[in-house]
Amino acid sequence: MVNTIEHTESDVWQLLSTVNDPEVPVLSIVDLGIVRNVSVHNAESITVTITPTYSGCPAMDVISMQIRLVLLEYGFKEVKVEKVLSPAWTTDWMSESGKEKLKAYGIAPPLPKQTVCKPDEFQEEEAVQCPHCLSYNTRLISRFGSTACKALYQCQDCKEPFDYFKCH
Amino acid sequence: MIIMQEQTMPAEKENAHKAKIDALLHLADDSLIMGHRCSEWCGHGPILEQDIALTNIALDFVGQARNFYQHAATLLQQLPSDMALALADFDITPASITEDSLAYLRNANAYKNHLLVELPNGDWAQTILKIFFFSSYRQMLFQQLLKNSDTQLAAIAEKSLKEIQYHVKWSGEWVMRLGDGTAESRERMLKAIDYLWPYVGEFFNCTEYEKTAFELDDTSIVLLKQAWLNKINEIFQLATLPEQTFGKWYQSGGKLGIHTEHLGYILAEMQFLPRTYPNAEW
Repeated sequence: MVNTIEHTESDVWQLLSTVNDPEVPVLSIVDLGIVRNVSVHNAESITVTITPTYSGCPAMDVISMQIRLVLLEYGFKEVKVEKVLSPAWTTDWMSESGKEKLKAYGIAPPLPKQTVCKPDEFQEEEAVQCPHCLSYNTRLISRFGSTACKALYQCQDCKEPFDYFKCH
Repeated sequence: MIIMQEQTMPAEKENAHKAKIDALLHLADDSLIMGHRCSEWCGHGPILEQDIALTNIALDFVGQARNFYQHAATLLQQLPSDMALALADFDITPASITEDSLAYLRNANAYKNHLLVELPNGDWAQTILKIFFFSSYRQMLFQQLLKNSDTQLAAIAEKSLKEIQYHVKWSGEWVMRLGDGTAESRERMLKAIDYLWPYVGEFFNCTEYEKTAFELDDTSIVLLKQAWLNKINEIFQLATLPEQTFGKWYQSGGKLGIHTEHLGYILAEMQFLPRTYPNAEW
């Protein structure tokens, strides 16, 4: 019997949503918005296009390898993972469910694009909500956190420090 | 007439290609050396959060350097190999032209970074000010590159800009904090200005390869220079630091391969392993 399984693109998207970001393991690469395109050429050959969150993101190599592994396991023989830079990744591409998962994990999700993202404004602060007690009475400790994509905040009410997935 | 055009076109094309390679290596070298200097702070920052900030910035720079080197390597691979080897100015003939061979197998005099970026870190004020000067310059230059006819160069600029804006913000805030801080922080900031100012003129002393590849004419360079100075003075005013003007004399040469003694030490440290153990992987 001829194997007539069609690797539809929606199947592949489903599969890619099981690949997690190694640095923020509650988020899949689809939640994160870094998978830009899936192109199934035939039953054996596929190209997946991804974009880095930051130029120097060290997770990109691991993510490419994981994509390759999961697709090889699924039955593709020829897997190509391509990197594109433009349009540049933005936190606006993060899915709503991704934002919820982040919050449940204790990381404040990125706010929608706002004035603070403008290059010329200095000393403007965002009202970032504490993922623990939900207070908006928080302060920036450092513009840089444990990974390139996060900043460090502290809640003035519950006093807990927390990571904020910064607007980008 | 047609024959004459055919004869002149390839030479022009070759010059444009050469300018593009030189310019990409210049951008890559700037990013790599900046990233290396920032990474030297790892484990030495004044407080943990700022140590992390500098290593994050270092990572951004090294990531940007990789993008520029990769693009340069791709363009070089399309050329006849003797021409490509000459353009990249390798010290040792590499097994293949890759981002790694471009970073590790070129000598100091093939490097095209600004002199400013290779200067030792000095104290916190000097490091902050260097990042502020350089990132503000890059932000303005890369905004011009968004319209570049080389779409990959434009894409790298677009990607990098988002990171650079953050560096400008972070370093600008520190310039204000130190300039308008204690007597000592202010004193150190003033010393840092005296030390670094002679090197900023090189940003706007554009080489032929920059003008060609970045599609800049004399007017746009003057505008860039003025916009940069305005930005610096805007922040200096908030930091209660003295207003700056460009002097007649400044240090230059880095973009043409004439460096300070400091670059050799950086490269010796950075290139030792790949030169001693060719093709090592880790």
